[in-house]
Amino acid sequence: MKRVLWILGGTILIAAAIALWTASRPVSWSEQEIAALRSLWIGSLPPLPPDPSNAYADNPQAAAFGQALFFDTRFSANGKVACATCHLPDKLFNDGLPLAQGVGTTTRRTMTIIGAAYSPWLFWDGRKDSLWAQALGPMESPVEHGGTRTQYAHLIDEQYRAQYEAVFGDLPDLSDQTRFPRAAGPVDDPEARAAWEAMTLADREIATRIYVNMGKAIAAYERLIAPGPSRFDQYVAALLENDREAMQSALTKDEVAGLRLFIGRADCIKCHNGPLFTNNEFHNTGVPAADGLPADDGRASGVDQVIQDEFNCLSQWSDAGETGCADLRFVVSTGEQLAGAFKPPTLRNVAESAPYMHAGQFSTLAEVLQHYNHPPFAPLGRSELEPLGLTAAELAQLESFLRALSGPLNTPAELLASPQP
Amino acid sequence: MKKQTVTVIATSVITVLVVLAAIIIFLPTLGPRYLHPLMMGDQPAPTSLDMSNSRLSDNGLYRVSWASDPSSPPLNQIHAWTIHIETAEGQPVAGAEVSVSGGMPQHGHGLPTNPQVTQDLGNGDYLVEGMKFQMPGWWEVRFDITAAGQNDTIIFNLTLK
Ligand code: HEC
Ligand code: HEC
Ligand SMILES: [Cu+2]
Repeated sequence: MKRVLWILGGTILIAAAIALWTASRPVSWSEQEIAALRSLWIGSLPPLPPDPSNAYADNPQAAAFGQALFFDTRFSANGKVACATCHLPDKLFNDGLPLAQGVGTTTRRTMTIIGAAYSPWLFWDGRKDSLWAQALGPMESPVEHGGTRTQYAHLIDEQYRAQYEAVFGDLPDLSDQTRFPRAAGPVDDPEARAAWEAMTLADREIATRIYVNMGKAIAAYERLIAPGPSRFDQYVAALLENDREAMQSALTKDEVAGLRLFIGRADCIKCHNGPLFTNNEFHNTGVPAADGLPADDGRASGVDQVIQDEFNCLSQWSDAGETGCADLRFVVSTGEQLAGAFKPPTLRNVAESAPYMHAGQFSTLAEVLQHYNHPPFAPLGRSELEPLGLTAAELAQLESFLRALSGPLNTPAELLASPQP
Repeated sequence: MKKQTVTVIATSVITVLVVLAAIIIFLPTLGPRYLHPLMMGDQPAPTSLDMSNSRLSDNGLYRVSWASDPSSPPLNQIHAWTIHIETAEGQPVAGAEVSVSGGMPQHGHGLPTNPQVTQDLGNGDYLVEGMKFQMPGWWEVRFDITAAGQNDTIIFNLTLK
């Protein structure tokens, strides 16, 4: 009897000692893991890449003009829609909706513009190759701003002449409304389209030049919207300085465990890599089609559109020579891997940007992680995901890590609202 | 055998069993670091890979080397390489037709771009534009070279951080 007690006591003691030792052991990262953490760290964010296609990209006057345009609802069919209607600064330039609401309803979810200046491809399917060309999409989309380029040219003439001319030089005379109708553009609306086709090529180019310059000014503004450090970034900064205490106050044990999964077994870093947590390429993750919408073929159509885009980097409206357009010149334009592929969104501030995916298919992060843990067959093409086999506890850790990626913008407050005249 | 000895041995054996059982039960929560690298999602590249950037082509026809600008290939950034082709005897190869491909053997995908040789720089040097890597890990880059009617292939390995 006594012996049994001894054995029992001894076992408990040793087990307790082992438990204590493992628990008190500081988390350690291998050299390879530290390299991965550093690559995700906001401190690794390089300076903004130049945009050779936009000669005004870093012009402060152009940015101020662009900011005014970004918030001005007059640039729409009904006087109620501006870029900021869907990209709300106080919602981290998102709108919180599964599908965006402009003049009509879009078939995709609004993306943030934070950090978009780093991406060679814009939109979920990358059908635009610069911020300025991107901005010209929603303005003539029948479900977003719903207006036309001659309407906008007249508005610039009447409301923004001085600001426009200070950056882009003299505005041509648009007063002859038989040459420049109030509503004309290459849009879906048959009347506006007919009016556009009736204009001379030279007049169309005059209107298009003004339109392009609006895009370039808006792009200059968007380039100033930058992400700021999150608790994850504080953790990495502390790790690089070997400051254990600061590491512990930056992230909890669960968050660190989630981070370890993110860069390790769950392999999220395959696609969500670099300091913006996206490689800005295109991947099929088999997200189911949204209710009531057909399956979206994503990049497969997007790449054809960008190659044919009137405003792409190689177009007459671009300021780049051929050498400035490497992404477009060497783009992969065929192959089954493009079907149903989308651009991975940044995961910075992901906790604040529900719902998720290209058509808001998932409303919580828990649903997103369920999808990654048990990936279904893709509605189109082939999903690149493999089952992860994570436990419920691990999924919770991964989620808590994603929640540690929130942080304030690194952008002055006066850029986050309509400019005061 | 002494009674004490039996006690000590039994204690150790039971402890080991308990600890093993605990590790197995809690493995999913403990995380992969206890079984590294067996449980890492991204398996490390085979250690026997030749990572050098100057090699002889498969059939020994050409010696090829590459240099990237910037000098270590960046993640997610389109950039250019220069490759140098010479015969096994060290004569620069002029006028070669070169096609470029590649990918990640462990992920089963190719390059995200369609890189091309855009310029014969002379002296056996060729400019390769449109190189891009969008994931950290082990990559292969393959050049198919035809010069003077002779065809050979070379595959370089590299690891992106
Ligand atoms: C009706 C709502 C709406 C309006 C108005 C709107 N957007 Fe968007 N924005 C979206 C949606 C939806 C997407 C994604 C669409 C897609 O991929 O097809 C998007 C995508 C973007 C992106 C791409 C981000 C990335 O990472 O690829 C940028 C940049 C952007 N919008 C800027 C603007 C600007 C500038 C304006 C004003 C000229 C504007 N948006 C007007 C809803 C809107
Ligand atoms: C194969 C590339 C790939 C991998 C691996 C990957 N993702 Fe994604 N991720 C994407 C793509 C692409 C999307 C957008 C898909 C869509 O909208 O259809 C996305 C979307 C998301 C979103 C939604 C963000 C938003 O704003 O809508 C979250 C959250 C996310 N991923 C987290 C993760 C986590 C966590 C992991 C690791 C378990 C992971 N991802 C692994 C490519 C990937
Ligand atoms: Cu890969």
